[in-house]
Amino acid sequence: MAKGLNRVPVREQEPKVRATNFDEVCLGYNKDEAVEEAQRCLGCKNAKCITGCPVNINIPAFIAQVKEGNFEEAYKIIGESSALPAVCGRVCPQESQCEGKCVRGIKGDAVSIGKLERFVADWAKENGIKPVPAAEKNGHKIAVIGSGPAGLTCAGDLAKLGYDVTIFEALHKAGGVLSYGIPEFRLPKDKVVAAEIENVKSLGVKIETNVIIGKSVTIDELLKDEGFEAVFIGSGAGLPMFMGIPGENANGVFSANEFLTRNNLMKAFRDDYDTPIAHGKKVAVVGGGNVAMDAARTALRLGAEVHVIYRRSEAELPARAEEVHHAKEEGIIFDLLTNPVEILTDDKDWVTGIRCIRMELGEPDASGRRRPVEIPGSEFEIEVDEVIMSLGTSPNPLISSTTYGLDVNRRKCIVAEEETGKTSKEGVYAGGDAVTGAATVILAMGAGKAGAKGIDEYIKSKNA
Amino acid sequence: MYKIQEAEMLANNIYRMVVEAPRVAQHCLPGQFVIVKADEEGERIPLTICDYDREAGTITIVFMPIGESTKKMKDLKAGDAFMDFVGPLGQPSEFCSEDIEELKKKRIVFVAGGVGTAPVYPQLKWLHEHGITADAIVGAKTKDLVILEKEMSAVSNLYITTDDGSYVRKGMGTDVLRDLVQNQGKQYDVCVAIGPMIMMKFVCLLTKELNIPTVVSMNPIMVDGTGMCGACRLMVGNEVKFACVDGPEFDGHLVDFDLAMKRQQMYKTEEGRALLRYQEGATHHGGCGQCGGDK
Ligand SMILES: Cc1cc2nc3c(=O)[nH]c(=O)nc-3n(C[C@H](O)[C@H](O)[C@H](O)COP(=O)(O)OP(=O)(O)OC[C@H]3O[C@@H](n4cnc5c(N)ncnc54)[C@H](O)[C@@H]3O)c2cc1C
Ligand SMILES: Cc1cc2nc3c(=O)[nH]c(=O)nc-3n(C[C@H](O)[C@H](O)[C@H](O)COP(=O)(O)OP(=O)(O)OC[C@H]3O[C@@H](n4cnc5c(N)ncnc54)[C@H](O)[C@@H]3O)c2cc1C
Ligand code: SF4
Ligand code: SF4
Ligand code: FES
Repeated sequence: MAKGLNRVPVREQEPKVRATNFDEVCLGYNKDEAVEEAQRCLGCKNAKCITGCPVNINIPAFIAQVKEGNFEEAYKIIGESSALPAVCGRVCPQESQCEGKCVRGIKGDAVSIGKLERFVADWAKENGIKPVPAAEKNGHKIAVIGSGPAGLTCAGDLAKLGYDVTIFEALHKAGGVLSYGIPEFRLPKDKVVAAEIENVKSLGVKIETNVIIGKSVTIDELLKDEGFEAVFIGSGAGLPMFMGIPGENANGVFSANEFLTRNNLMKAFRDDYDTPIAHGKKVAVVGGGNVAMDAARTALRLGAEVHVIYRRSEAELPARAEEVHHAKEEGIIFDLLTNPVEILTDDKDWVTGIRCIRMELGEPDASGRRRPVEIPGSEFEIEVDEVIMSLGTSPNPLISSTTYGLDVNRRKCIVAEEETGKTSKEGVYAGGDAVTGAATVILAMGAGKAGAKGIDEYIKSKNA
Repeated sequence: MYKIQEAEMLANNIYRMVVEAPRVAQHCLPGQFVIVKADEEGERIPLTICDYDREAGTITIVFMPIGESTKKMKDLKAGDAFMDFVGPLGQPSEFCSEDIEELKKKRIVFVAGGVGTAPVYPQLKWLHEHGITADAIVGAKTKDLVILEKEMSAVSNLYITTDDGSYVRKGMGTDVLRDLVQNQGKQYDVCVAIGPMIMMKFVCLLTKELNIPTVVSMNPIMVDGTGMCGACRLMVGNEVKFACVDGPEFDGHLVDFDLAMKRQQMYKTEEGRALLRYQEGATHHGGCGQCGGDK
């Protein structure tokens, strides 16, 4: 079977069991399974998978090392392109990236690239393999704003080049979406996220939490008064959107950000933490992306029956295929081609239900996706006691509104060059969701790398 | 860690602390707030900045223990530390950016209720330092709950009133304001009201009648304080506003208080509800009739 059409199955917690705990769903490959799955890679000369990876990891090369059991070598090869393999192996939408391009996928399953990457990264962690700090410091001070994937990657790369880097983070914990957004059962906080952050720190990067750039200190002050020679902005896209329908401010209606932050960052699911969270009995989650899946599966674990309400059909669900699959296994109910029009409340303004309208797919819109249109007269009600709005997010204007000469576009995204992260303001670079709007971990990481390169070139040219 | 330099009980169950937070002290202005977290397991608790010392790098907070989290905080002593302390959050009071000569022409009255006295103090002090002495009405439930009297009277024309008449006079802040305007010939261009939501609501009903533009400082439930969660959303003039970034101060005549009060109940613990009943008890009956969320 090893070289067969099907991938080596990965061990997972039973759906019934995991629906009641916050432990990681996917248990990952062990050594033997990883080596066996690696055998399926054809080691293509013209490897299509590489073109599907936004940071162009040399996939056939690292998999060849896995085949041989040289996991440390494999880790080094991945490390040339990616700073957060334990994260990306878990959360990349592989089916539309690396694995989507794998020739093995034409007939049968694509090689499990993500699971192999995860295995290599976890193995390296267990065996105490760390990135190597710069031999010599160059004395130049760089500030990085935000400790999500973009900021962590940029800081790590600059530190390896010898820069003296400080990350400023608004929240009390580093990690960005990896800490506050993506739940424990997909991305373990201590084992994976904290370990990645420790790696970055071990390169000499300082992290100052509880500093909101634009409030606690401005970018102009960092440059003028605190001796930083350049700044990288990786502040993400954290502002939640709401629909603007009646009843949306009722008690029991939350943004996915609030719900997930309470649960993940503030650890509301644990009895020993003080922050409260609503335990709905029947919960509606509005939206169809990764954020919606995470909110839905969190609510399920807190004891609710959960409905995901999405206005297009299953084929258009923007979430990773694996998350949709897991959600279904766990018993999440999908109300597709359905759109909320009103949230119903009792006389104390608590949620009692959600009124929806059925949709059908019409002509494709500008994005190429078929546009959902309402079917007149098809309204119906679902009885729920909690609603979680997961409609997307946009960048926070806190920084752009307090930084002189920093251009943003119509969508409040910072304008930056893709190759270097260079913005309209001298010495200021940016990347990740703050520039692109809500995207993916790997793209943010790639932008962090580009920013580090851009900053290095800038400092060198200034001191040439 | 953010070291506590001073910790004291100001009055019956009202605590004051001076905390080392140089970045906040360097940048804050009246009207802004901080979020504090006592320890790893603690909640993020928003508290108004009640005073600041740029040179010493310290911030003063004043709070009333209500539930688990604020009770945990009250047991901290001088020499202990908060694990997290972030700010300054929110927008400074509008007058901080007004032309000072224009501002001097304005007749300003502050109405403070309960712990709301604490956030009023830095505003009065700021105005006083800029040559403006405003009127300030402080309403407390009873004599024991009158705080910062000495500090307040040094920077304002202070009118104190107690609900039960145990100190100075009997009545609520709104009674004093009505008396000043209707019987004592006072005229005001701006009113700033800070205190429990129910009190701010009633001040706004009165100032609408008296035609005095009114600023209120809203204290909804918050998590991050940076615009990220939407927990703090309010309706102001039919628009959704996030109190943590758009406020916390808003035009009181546009705020939907009934909605805000219902939302504030969302996570209240038993103790929190009991205290709210106590705090707002006198105004509850025959008041808005909307705060059934208590039960
Ligand atoms: C619930 C959820 C699930 C997701 N699932 C996936 C997935 O499965 N796969 C995938 O690839 N992507 C996923 N994403 C998207 C992905 O997480 C983001 O695209 C990525 O984290 C963006 O990285 P970033 O570094 O640009 O920003 P962020 O991760 O958002 O980090 C930005 C950081 O900057 C801080 N910050 C903001 N403003 C300031 C300021 N003024 N001063 C100081 N600090 C500031 C923030 O607090 C935050 O910590 C998900 C997102 C969410 C919310
Ligand atoms: C901008 C702002 C400024 C504030 N300034 C002060 C101040 O200077 N002094 C002071 O004593 N209090 C102030 N508060 C109120 C203070 O934050 C609450 O009293 C405190 O959060 C109650 O927490 P608890 O767990 O002890 O009470 P509980 O009643 O047990 O609270 C339970 C839950 O409800 C939430 N909650 C309840 N009431 C509030 C509230 N009013 N605001 C936010 N969350 C609430 C808390 O998150 C908590 O999870 C301010 C609030 C805001 C938003
Ligand atoms: S980083 Fe993501 S896209 Fe690239 S190889 Fe790894 S899993 Fe695939
Ligand atoms: S395309 Fe597939 S089979 Fe070919 S090298 Fe990449 S992973 Fe291996
Ligand atoms: S507190 Fe989260 S948006 Fe205001």
